[in-house]
Amino acid sequence: MDAREQHRLQRLWGERTPYAAGETWPVRVDEHYAEGVTADDVDAWFTTASLLHSNGDAMRIGVRDGRIVGVRGRDDDRVNHGRLDVKDLYGWQANLSRDRLTQPLVRRDGRLEPTDWDTAIGMVADRTKQLLADHGPGSIGFYTTGQLFAEEYWTLTTIARAGIGTHHLDGNTRLCTATAGEALKETFGSDGQPASYRDVDHAEVIALFGHNVAETQPVLWMRMLDRLAGPNPPKLLVVDPRRTKVAEQATVHLAPRSGTNLALLDALLHELLVNDWVDHDFVDAHTVGFDELRARAADWTPAWASEICDVPAEDIRAAARLLGAHTRILATVLQGVYQSHQATAAAVQVNNLVLLRGALGKPGAGVLQMNGQPTAQNTRECGANGDLPGFRNWANDEHIEQLARIWNVDPMQVPHHGPPTHAMNIFRYAETGSVRFLWISGTNLAVSLPELHRIRSILASEGLFVVVQDIFETETTAFADVVLPAATWGEKTGIFTNADRTVHLSEQAVEPPGEARSDLDIFLAYARAMDFRDKDGRPLVHWNDPESAFAAWQRASAGRPCDYTGLTYAKLREHGGIQWPCTADAPLGTERLYTDGISWASADLSESYGRDLVTGASVEEVEYRALNPDGKAVLKAAEYLPPHEIPSTDYPFQLTTGRTIFHFHTRTKTGRTPELNDQAPDVWAELNADDAAQLGVGPGTLVDICSPRGRIRAAARIVPIRRGLVFVPWHYGYWDVQGGADAAAAHDRAANELTITDWDPVSKQPLFKTAVCRVEVVR
Amino acid sequence: MTGEAGSRYALSKVHQAEDDLVEHLVAVAERHATEHEVHHVALDLARWSREHLAAVAGTAQARGIDLDPHPHGPSRVSRAAQRATAVMGGRRPEPGVLLLEDVEQLYLLASAASLAWELLGQHAKAQRDADLLGVVTTCHPRTLRQVRWANTTLRTVSPQVLGSL
Repeated sequence: MDAREQHRLQRLWGERTPYAAGETWPVRVDEHYAEGVTADDVDAWFTTASLLHSNGDAMRIGVRDGRIVGVRGRDDDRVNHGRLDVKDLYGWQANLSRDRLTQPLVRRDGRLEPTDWDTAIGMVADRTKQLLADHGPGSIGFYTTGQLFAEEYWTLTTIARAGIGTHHLDGNTRLCTATAGEALKETFGSDGQPASYRDVDHAEVIALFGHNVAETQPVLWMRMLDRLAGPNPPKLLVVDPRRTKVAEQATVHLAPRSGTNLALLDALLHELLVNDWVDHDFVDAHTVGFDELRARAADWTPAWASEICDVPAEDIRAAARLLGAHTRILATVLQGVYQSHQATAAAVQVNNLVLLRGALGKPGAGVLQMNGQPTAQNTRECGANGDLPGFRNWANDEHIEQLARIWNVDPMQVPHHGPPTHAMNIFRYAETGSVRFLWISGTNLAVSLPELHRIRSILASEGLFVVVQDIFETETTAFADVVLPAATWGEKTGIFTNADRTVHLSEQAVEPPGEARSDLDIFLAYARAMDFRDKDGRPLVHWNDPESAFAAWQRASAGRPCDYTGLTYAKLREHGGIQWPCTADAPLGTERLYTDGISWASADLSESYGRDLVTGASVEEVEYRALNPDGKAVLKAAEYLPPHEIPSTDYPFQLTTGRTIFHFHTRTKTGRTPELNDQAPDVWAELNADDAAQLGVGPGTLVDICSPRGRIRAAARIVPIRRGLVFVPWHYGYWDVQGGADAAAAHDRAANELTITDWDPVSKQPLFKTAVCRVEVVR
Repeated sequence: MTGEAGSRYALSKVHQAEDDLVEHLVAVAERHATEHEVHHVALDLARWSREHLAAVAGTAQARGIDLDPHPHGPSRVSRAAQRATAVMGGRRPEPGVLLLEDVEQLYLLASAASLAWELLGQHAKAQRDADLLGVVTTCHPRTLRQVRWANTTLRTVSPQVLGSL
């Protein structure tokens, strides 16, 4: 590693390029090449964007002699203006790892053995047909990811919902972004991020709720840092129990007790309302529910919330004053809200803050319910995340008929007797034996799901046939009956969409290793083996490559909020990222939604009629029509409830899990990237200095973190985190444990050994940030 | 005071219905601890019904009517469980079927509570009793939300349970 790279790793957000409000963010091109290679040595460049976080940093892959040799940020792209973060710069090297899966594997006599594609796909298809005959489509489940491409999700959705006709298709996006989608549905009737990253250029206040943007979307943080370094910088309101890099820059930092976000937000609403910091013209024109919100918020005083959240009432008032004094407010939300108790209810209150201030649909004003994964938006919009394709409403018969026409199948073939089964219920059905086939694509659930001992026991169930499609052997492939080796970023072509609706093309730059195939080709081979037909006897899956799959998806998206009909691969290649909706009328995409009122909330168009924000019960169509006859944004109040697991004598601490800038998900790629892994090679636990002193823990002290579910061992870090809270990064599993198989079998490294099986009843997103634990010093 | 006997009748009816509901919600939560959402939400909903019992007892006391604000001890085996066992003809019921039976019973008990609140609300209006009406206005919407949750839960889980019997 040369001095320049050392410097970059030490200064993770690079050099400042300050700019003033309303100016264009200056360009800064970041690049990194293999040792001894320069940009001049590159034979060919291919366009893509980052697949290691949700920001969508556009870049070009440099290829020499058929190998990836480096990356360079695209200076003409709206998202990053040339910048790349550390995962973008170094993460591509994992593609070249010798650990890549290169052959299909099938289990024979208890062991996974290499085989050919026809045998592997044949086994999967045979088992599917047998189960369909014996037990029906309810015995088949699919669990996918937030890291495939839109063409692949659309193909998978077509196979699952129209081909097999199962209700059981969800993504690991359930763990990272389900609440984003649900909160947008509750307030605006449909998924779709109202704001744009460009709002950072104009904002007077940026309010970040549970969003450690510095580590989760470092290039977006560079943009914010450049505003902070320029004239008339924005003020930051930060809600986070840790004093993160973002919190260090805050005008007001609130660090609430875990599991109390809703009480805090309710008090902020209370303050806006009692001080009448409300844009009444906007509220009258574009919302319903104001009077009820005001009536219910009357009791939610800062003093009341202060007791619950353990945040000074005066700080809550200061935060409300900040919001009340400005209208160019950009609010952002991420896992600190989504993976906590009462997730959707809290995320919706952030929408309410924005609506009360009239901060929507204009430069510097809006809300971004962020995503955790690079292609999570596509999982949702293509209908692979427990939603229906094109943000259609399962309870609206006309929407089901539209889908049936698109697929040319009978409407009865498309399951719509309730909301599509969410992941936690799919696993529950596998646990109780009614789901007998689970096809897992592109995700490592034996590390990422809560309460791992339970997940392992489900995956090991005698009657469950497990197919795993991935690029490496993982903790999950260990349970597979069939392993399908996949191509990844740079080895296949498709499009994906970031957290501000920006669509990028990702081109195939090199051949995949060995016999590995693109996820699209794998799904297409399965569709052929199953011979799915439409109602006229023609192939249901009638496309055969990325571009024809994209064309099929465009037709499904037509006339919906996520309209892709104005895009082509050529346009994306040439122009860089373009935000949907992109149509003939808006050929270069749409910067902000709702610039001219709320457009997708009417009962005929909306993705959902809503849910009870506390119980999750569905709202019926007739109620929704009565509540919102003119299709406006819905101001929905929600009352705070205490978390289900609270500290006790045995477990005196609260436990929260999270991410680091150096890793993505379960480290399958970043753990195989030396520049990244060297910075964070093993699990740690963050403790407050006072708690550490009381426990006799110093920096690096080995501690056991124990919860009612399990125990892990980690090195302590003493950091500015609220007292009584322990933070553990959840990236670490067992594939690279020191000490081999025996050490791995101890299962004492993954944070999810500790987490609770509980989820938000509205979005069904599991709680990774509201559990309890105790800390024991290892003697 | 006119309508006193009516108040006594209607308050007692709400009290009994909410008491039955708490008992059943807690039993459901205990019996279905591995149905995680059912378990957690049932306990959250039991909290509401306990608050309703306290509110009913409070307003009853102000009217010289003695109702226990915390009537409920540790949960007993509820009627639904006995019924589910009976339905299955003495065989051990499928856990999925037991869940359906329990949620169905929850729907019925919550609906009974809702009707009791309706009765109390009508009486309060006819008697022009603003305080009593205030209690109904606060509590009854939450009872309706309990009914809806039972309905949604039943619709969500029943196809898989019945499809795999």
